[in-house]
Amino acid sequence: MNESNRFIEEFCHEAEELLSGVEDAVLDIEENPGDQEAVNRLFRAMHTIKGSGSMFGFDAIAEFSHHVETAMDKVRNGTVPVTKTLIDLILVSRDRITAMLAEANGDGPPADPREGEKIIASLKALLSSHGAAAPDENPPKETPEQASEPAKPVQQNQAVYRIRFSPDPDIFFTGMDPVILLYDLADMGECSVVAQTEKVPDLENLSPESCYLFWDIILTTAKRINAVKDVFVFVEDKCKIDIKTVEEEVITSEQMPGPRLGDILVERGDIDRKTLDKQFGTRKKIGERLVESGALSKEKIKSALNEQTVVSKMHKSAAASTVRVPSDRLDKLINLVGELVINQARLTQVASNREDTDLGESVEEIERLTGELRDSVLNIRMMPIGTTFNKFRRLVRDLSSQLNKEIELVTHGAETELDKTVLERLDDPLIHLIRNSLDHGVEPPGLRELKGKPAKGTIILSARHKGTNVVITIQDDGAGLNVDTIRQKAVEKGLIPENAELSDKKIFAQIFAPGFSTAKEVTSISGRGVGMDVVKRTIESLRGRIDIDSVPGEGTKITLILPLTLAIINGLLVSIDDDFFVLPLMSVEECVEIKSKEIEMINGRNILNVRGDMVPYIRLRDRFHMGNRRPEKEHIVITDVNDSRIGFVVDHVIGGHQTVIKPLGPAFKNIKDISGATILGDGTVALILDTNVLLESA
Amino acid sequence: MAKVIMTADDSTSIRQMVSFTLNQAGYDVIEAEDGLDAADKLAGIHVDMLLTDLNMPNKNGLELIEWVRSMPRFKFMPIIMLTTEAETEMKQKGKAAGATGWIVKPFKPEQLLALVKRILR
Repeated sequence: MNESNRFIEEFCHEAEELLSGVEDAVLDIEENPGDQEAVNRLFRAMHTIKGSGSMFGFDAIAEFSHHVETAMDKVRNGTVPVTKTLIDLILVSRDRITAMLAEANGDGPPADPREGEKIIASLKALLSSHGAAAPDENPPKETPEQASEPAKPVQQNQAVYRIRFSPDPDIFFTGMDPVILLYDLADMGECSVVAQTEKVPDLENLSPESCYLFWDIILTTAKRINAVKDVFVFVEDKCKIDIKTVEEEVITSEQMPGPRLGDILVERGDIDRKTLDKQFGTRKKIGERLVESGALSKEKIKSALNEQTVVSKMHKSAAASTVRVPSDRLDKLINLVGELVINQARLTQVASNREDTDLGESVEEIERLTGELRDSVLNIRMMPIGTTFNKFRRLVRDLSSQLNKEIELVTHGAETELDKTVLERLDDPLIHLIRNSLDHGVEPPGLRELKGKPAKGTIILSARHKGTNVVITIQDDGAGLNVDTIRQKAVEKGLIPENAELSDKKIFAQIFAPGFSTAKEVTSISGRGVGMDVVKRTIESLRGRIDIDSVPGEGTKITLILPLTLAIINGLLVSIDDDFFVLPLMSVEECVEIKSKEIEMINGRNILNVRGDMVPYIRLRDRFHMGNRRPEKEHIVITDVNDSRIGFVVDHVIGGHQTVIKPLGPAFKNIKDISGATILGDGTVALILDTNVLLESA
Repeated sequence: MAKVIMTADDSTSIRQMVSFTLNQAGYDVIEAEDGLDAADKLAGIHVDMLLTDLNMPNKNGLELIEWVRSMPRFKFMPIIMLTTEAETEMKQKGKAAGATGWIVKPFKPEQLLALVKRILR
């Protein structure tokens, strides 16, 4: 027998008992009409039959007993007196229910529905004759209020609701934890909650059993407002609940990415327009001003800011339908924009030579538009690094179990965007670095515990923007690099002289040398000594930099600094005679002016004293065999390449330059120290120098 | 440790259905057949939540709720009333007595479970 059958049987059994109780009660009442207890018993019996009947699917019985119950309720209240007619009716009703039960059980003749209707009609007549309102034709079809939402996933637009939930201070005494309601909201969609603490009293006045907090919630959900209201159904009469749909007009008003903070605050009723307007006219952010002036609490501002973010996002995503485009079309577009930027620069130069204000104005406008176009086009190729990060989660999981280590990968800044072409080439170096951390960095759990570290190691992978660069770090909390071992190995391999005095950082940098590996054993994961040099070369080919930092016993941190895109870089434009060169601005530290004579004095050693720091330099004029017509004053551009400072001597430093990179073509593929070319405004070609290669040849 | 829920109802069938549903979901259930029985049983044990009918002999649901709330150790315990649609007034009284919420009969086992899980999370 299945469970529901068991319940049905139990119900029938129970109903029979109740009905026999009804008979007794009725007879008691007849004997003594003032027997309140018997009336109560009768009411309860009908009530239970109704409740359980509807529970187990006996809807007809439930409906019928509902009418009898209503009648009994009136009797109980004294609205309807106990009369012979009433008692007869109840007895008939009782028999009627017995018949219906028998029918439902399949061991009786079908009960005549007309008989039931007759009884109900008589009951109603009796009630109305006593001035009591007739019971409803049908018990209202109950929609259980706290039932879970119907499971049909209606494809509906998402709506943003602004909710302020101020619970009754005594809410805890109803056994309700307000956090439950916040969780319920969070289950419905994307939800941000700010707790407002301004009503929390001083400690001496604070009752630990009262709730002083109230919450501002911004909820983005596909559910309708009634579903949101239902969450609060248990608390709605005692607590203040304010639910508003953030209006569509607010979202689309004006051509802004989102509504203004001030408008949100006014709409919330947190502040009136007058007070708000007073705060304008300063350069500070309105939120900061309001907090400083004491007009509003920090939390209020925070929650309004939350709303702004959510709404802006909605606004964005409303338009965020996507188009798939083959990447070669994009490349072509980017190429064209590059040409446009070059030509625009030329136009600007031409225009500046003619003193024509009309021309100048329109050229300026074109310059602005070109810049915007360039940025948006480059943006098309930007992809969040998150997808790459996600791949590593699996890698770390698999490898750590393979190595019998417990390692957790924590990622930050998954939303950081990078040019797709950069991103694609970043996969391998990152895999290699993470493998290294897993294999050499983080120790086995036992050893970690001995050292007083948690058994579970952590690798933090993070990405963030810094200027026009993206900084990616891989940090582990493992053993760190061993300076002595690396040094010894580097000396063995003849990479550094035995007595060289080097900073730790310089020694760490040795692990990027080809064929360098300190791992005593070669595992399947790493330790073949190929890798770090490849990693470094890849990063450099992306015009990036790699830095290494390590504290013995505490871990290693590897930092990759990459340009946002490969198509356009920030360069420093310099000149020698009439030729132009571009140095990647990322590695430039400073420019120093130098008299020809000073150079003469320390010549032969090619070292310059920059504020006490000895910096070796390369004279590009000599390097490129450009003759000897040196000017009186030369300039040294000091760059930081692989943690060594090196200067490049040029004739003039012209300034920063948005450099659209053009490849040199196959004829020049053997030229290593020039990584590309760009075209300047006047059509001149400038060569882009590869500082890494130049340093190696120094 | 499994959470303990008391169901107080004078209807055996409802009690059984509640017990069965909650047992299946891993809760421990204590049954009480009326308010007095519930009060007696509550005296000696720990209970995480009370589900109570309102119309019961001996001690009705309202009296039970009031009594439970007056006990310091049940001050914050969630109490859910099992009501029928006709009892709006009772519902209000129950809330005033300190009930946390209600579930309307008839309810399906899943609805009961969803509510219990929600309140006891």
